[in-house]
Amino acid sequence: MKRQQTDKIARIAITIVAALVVIPIILVILFIIINGIGTLSWEFFTQPPGNGMKEGGIMPALLGTIILTFGTAIAAIPLAIGAAIYLAEYAKENRLTRWVRIAIVNLAGIPSIVYGLFGLGMFVLFMGFGTSIIAGSLTLGIMTLPVVISASEEAILAVPQEFRVVSLSLGATKWQTIRHQVLPQALPGIITGIILGLGRAAGETAPILFTVAAFYLPELPRSAFDQTMALPYHLYVISTQVPGMPMDVQYGSALVLLLLVLSMTLIATVVRTGMRRKREW
Amino acid sequence: MTEQTIPNKIDVHDFSFFYGDFQALKRLNLPIKEKQITALIGPSGCGKSTFLRAINRMNDTIPGIRAEGQILLDGEDIYAPDVDVVELRERIGMVFQKPNPFPKSIFENVAFGPRVLKMTNRRDELHQMVRESLEGAALWDEVKHRLKDSAMNLNPGQQQRLCIARTIAVQPEVILMDEPASALDPVATLHVEDLMRTLAENYTIVIVTHNMQQAARASDWTGFFWLGELVEFNKTSALFSSPERELTESYITGRRG
Repeated sequence: MKRQQTDKIARIAITIVAALVVIPIILVILFIIINGIGTLSWEFFTQPPGNGMKEGGIMPALLGTIILTFGTAIAAIPLAIGAAIYLAEYAKENRLTRWVRIAIVNLAGIPSIVYGLFGLGMFVLFMGFGTSIIAGSLTLGIMTLPVVISASEEAILAVPQEFRVVSLSLGATKWQTIRHQVLPQALPGIITGIILGLGRAAGETAPILFTVAAFYLPELPRSAFDQTMALPYHLYVISTQVPGMPMDVQYGSALVLLLLVLSMTLIATVVRTGMRRKREW
Repeated sequence: MTEQTIPNKIDVHDFSFFYGDFQALKRLNLPIKEKQITALIGPSGCGKSTFLRAINRMNDTIPGIRAEGQILLDGEDIYAPDVDVVELRERIGMVFQKPNPFPKSIFENVAFGPRVLKMTNRRDELHQMVRESLEGAALWDEVKHRLKDSAMNLNPGQQQRLCIARTIAVQPEVILMDEPASALDPVATLHVEDLMRTLAENYTIVIVTHNMQQAARASDWTGFFWLGELVEFNKTSALFSSPERELTESYITGRRG
């Protein structure tokens, strides 16, 4: 066979393999949409579950997940951005830096159920928050740290060095340079990382299992120390714990969770594309 | 004023500079005269840019550097341990080789320095500073109607004058220019050279250049660097018409370098 023919075949084969990657995600989304779309209604979003969760809506679970996502943001963002700034701008090759980097790599590798158990031991029991929104948010926050730190550090390092040099040459301090030149330019990348991290947190079940999620709680939480229902856990419960659960309610709940997480990823992609187009250096 | 009576803004005494084990500058001695233009010439890697960056301590960010000897600004050693580098850079501004405006509006570029140095907190005063700086950089008339436009939409020559405006907005005493015209076309280059002449009425200017004609045209004093040493320093007219060292002569006539 001629080299040119081999080249053509290789190109076709690789294209097909790449296309195969798209198929599972499309199938999953289609499957959930087809089976769940019929359940979606105004009542489904605004009513609590009723009749042993076999009827009604998912309102407390959806709202709980939104609250937990905000709580995660509050817990994770300051720590993550602080760590990213340290690593990108201040870190020298010393022991502290090595420890911070090792910690981040290991945080990313810990299974989510272990976060759940850690949250139970640390926030629920030791710090005495009980199973509560604050305990769940902190647990999810820690789990989100590595994604946000890595994305933020990358975004900060992508800001060209010359802007820092110019800023310093104008008599700005290091912090003023970071605050007024580096962070504004890195912000779109940082926001992308935050949204992706939060999207993952919103869909996780294991970390909230022991720290915040309620099996069935039709009332809304009144404070950060209350439990709440949450969509991923609710989905787990109605899929495995409730006998005779109608399938369409399960698929409806799955569809809402999927849409929530996918829309966050979509926003992140739009922000990133927008910033690439606007970037001027 | 005769040249003997022009005061020295900067005095360099036996100044050496090291990157790790490599000695980039070898016991330099020269004066930088107040409100005059001093040109530093020499081939690539001769240390002229290193010396320029040593004057406002921009080399400090590089790990493993070491300075010996003294650079005195108004008699004060800028490498003394109690020197505040941030304050030093307020007094010694810098214009870089490549025009490098911030990706912000024209106004914000010039206003950045006065803002971070908290020179004013009044909107009208800030506006006045921006205007005077742009006028000082001979750019005001071209941009006065579009101060909110992105600086990235200016042409390279305008961008470089914007960078000069940004530097003088901080009201430094000395302006260091690192080949400020090397990325510009000939017309824009002449623009910048004219501007330097005007700026020298108020500022002490040190310029690094590869361009022999530029040094001859635009400067009052010239120092010739070779392999980290200052080979010759003199009035520009004297250095170019009757260089004392053979090395200088062969370089400026283009036989060496």
